[in-house]
Amino acid sequence: MKAGATPGELELVPAPVTAGGAQGRVLLRRAWRLKWGLAAGVLLAVVVALTVLAGWVAPHDPLAVNIRHRLAPPAWMDGGTRAHLLGTDQVGRDVLSRIVYGGRVSLAVGVGAVLVSATIGVALGLAAGYFGGRTDWTTMTLVNVMLTFPFVLLALAVIAVLGPSLTNMIIVLGVAGWPIYCRVVRTEALALREREFVLAARALGMSHTRIMLRELLPNLVSPVVVIATLQVAQVIILESFLSFLGLGVQPPTPAWGNMLGEGRVYMLNSWWIAAFPGLAIFVTTLTINLVGNALRDWVDPHMKL
Amino acid sequence: MRRYLGRQTLQLVAVILGISLLSFSILHVIGDPVVLMVPETAPREEHERIRKLLGLDQPVWVQYWRFASRAAQGDFGKSWYADMPAFGLVLERMPPTIYLTLAGLGVALLLALPLGTVAALRRHSSIDTLCTMVAVAGQATPIFWLGIMLIIVFAVHLRWLPASGYGTWQHFVMPAFTLGVFLAPITMRLVRSGLIDVLSSDYVKTARAKGLAEGAVVVKHAFRNACLPVITVLGLQFGQLLGGAIITEAVFAWPGVATLTVDSIRNQDFPVVQCAVVLLALIIVAVNFLVDVLVAVIDPRIRVSG
Repeated sequence: MKAGATPGELELVPAPVTAGGAQGRVLLRRAWRLKWGLAAGVLLAVVVALTVLAGWVAPHDPLAVNIRHRLAPPAWMDGGTRAHLLGTDQVGRDVLSRIVYGGRVSLAVGVGAVLVSATIGVALGLAAGYFGGRTDWTTMTLVNVMLTFPFVLLALAVIAVLGPSLTNMIIVLGVAGWPIYCRVVRTEALALREREFVLAARALGMSHTRIMLRELLPNLVSPVVVIATLQVAQVIILESFLSFLGLGVQPPTPAWGNMLGEGRVYMLNSWWIAAFPGLAIFVTTLTINLVGNALRDWVDPHMKL
Repeated sequence: MRRYLGRQTLQLVAVILGISLLSFSILHVIGDPVVLMVPETAPREEHERIRKLLGLDQPVWVQYWRFASRAAQGDFGKSWYADMPAFGLVLERMPPTIYLTLAGLGVALLLALPLGTVAALRRHSSIDTLCTMVAVAGQATPIFWLGIMLIIVFAVHLRWLPASGYGTWQHFVMPAFTLGVFLAPITMRLVRSGLIDVLSSDYVKTARAKGLAEGAVVVKHAFRNACLPVITVLGLQFGQLLGGAIITEAVFAWPGVATLTVDSIRNQDFPVVQCAVVLLALIIVAVNFLVDVLVAVIDPRIRVSG
């Protein structure tokens, strides 16, 4: 790098940089970042609304087979019709309608699994951080085991034994995802338990459970909400991968993952069957990530997650 | 250093124990192997006979001990599908997975090092914002979809690269890129934040005050130290990397351990699944351990405090 690369930052004045006019710039920057998050939030709300209202929004029945119109390309291509905006699949089902309905699976699994893992992770993390000692060591070893195991492999193996279904997917992805919450909550709880209000609560004779739930938990809400938001995106990607492999929600129920998996067979001539469900996953996870990042910046810009 | 190693080893043993318990319970606690092996229509006596034969009538801890002591000797039983020891089957498929993982890591570093460095040096510039945007988009991309889109463009339409398979360097291009995209965003963020931390440290200021050229400051003084957190986290992320390799293998029909595992899951061939899970987890543990020790050797602060 030649000299002159952002000279302002390379000066030997670390502390006063944020003072005065620069502070306004920092504020503007924060607002600018939040603007992306807000825009993403609006888009995400649209996606959620579309899937929830699928029954009214979708132009066709997602399961309606029409063999005469099979493999029809999207409306703007040669041979496409306005009736099927994103084309049809190998048995003539409307791709757009299936995507709208398929979002239900992804969002249900995403939210459901995150609730499960947040509950487990927060409970264990609170216990580990608050009690410390042996409880802490055992929990953290368990966390290390879980983090060592490739998440994907674990989910695959367990689904294979339990059998594929929506509930099983929520359970598996939920149980596999708790360590990240546990680690963050434990660190916070470790710091909090020495604080005066906790010591005071103990002196008043509050039970351990009550201290953890009433005194510690309210202080942990914001990091947990941030992680949970970002994790929804991760879970959606994993869920669609499981469905892609045929280990998730079973056809003919539409899910983004199994549409992608079925579309792969026809990618030689009909790229749209695989392309659009993937695009739906991408847009959804991207907006969730942007919302999560904005949430993190808003709550605490220095949070390291 | 010796105390540090002792503590790390204790944790290592605990983790290995945990992995063996977890992979044991996948089959023996959650599911019933007999139900998976014998058709439901078979008479009850047949179920009982197989149960006795497999030793499943014994208490769980006896079964676990048998599984663990055999596994320690590399004996995971015979594949229920192919008439071969599971261990050999899995070992045979290991090299392609390792090559793919290394190639993906290479691509990720090729993408992340320059982008992360530029982003750190021009912090808060439009280039920095662009890099962050690319990273966020990369993180949101389902890589199995990316792989399929690459196949549609480069194999089906342009016919430049083979769609799947294994053998020549051409076969490596798309899978390695796909896996690289999976890992590059987090690596880029680490390089960026690592460099930013280091660039504001005292010794970098000293180096600048000495009148060193900016290039020398960045490359010789800042970059080496910024590599430390990158190595640590990449080592810890090795499990994630292997997870990405599993997804990539599934898309490109790569003949590695992951494809074998997914196939075995479909065939309900559990000795192979167990063996693959245990071996992959052990590799990850070994890599994590080596990285921990390596970092402690490089950075004395960690072995004293950590």
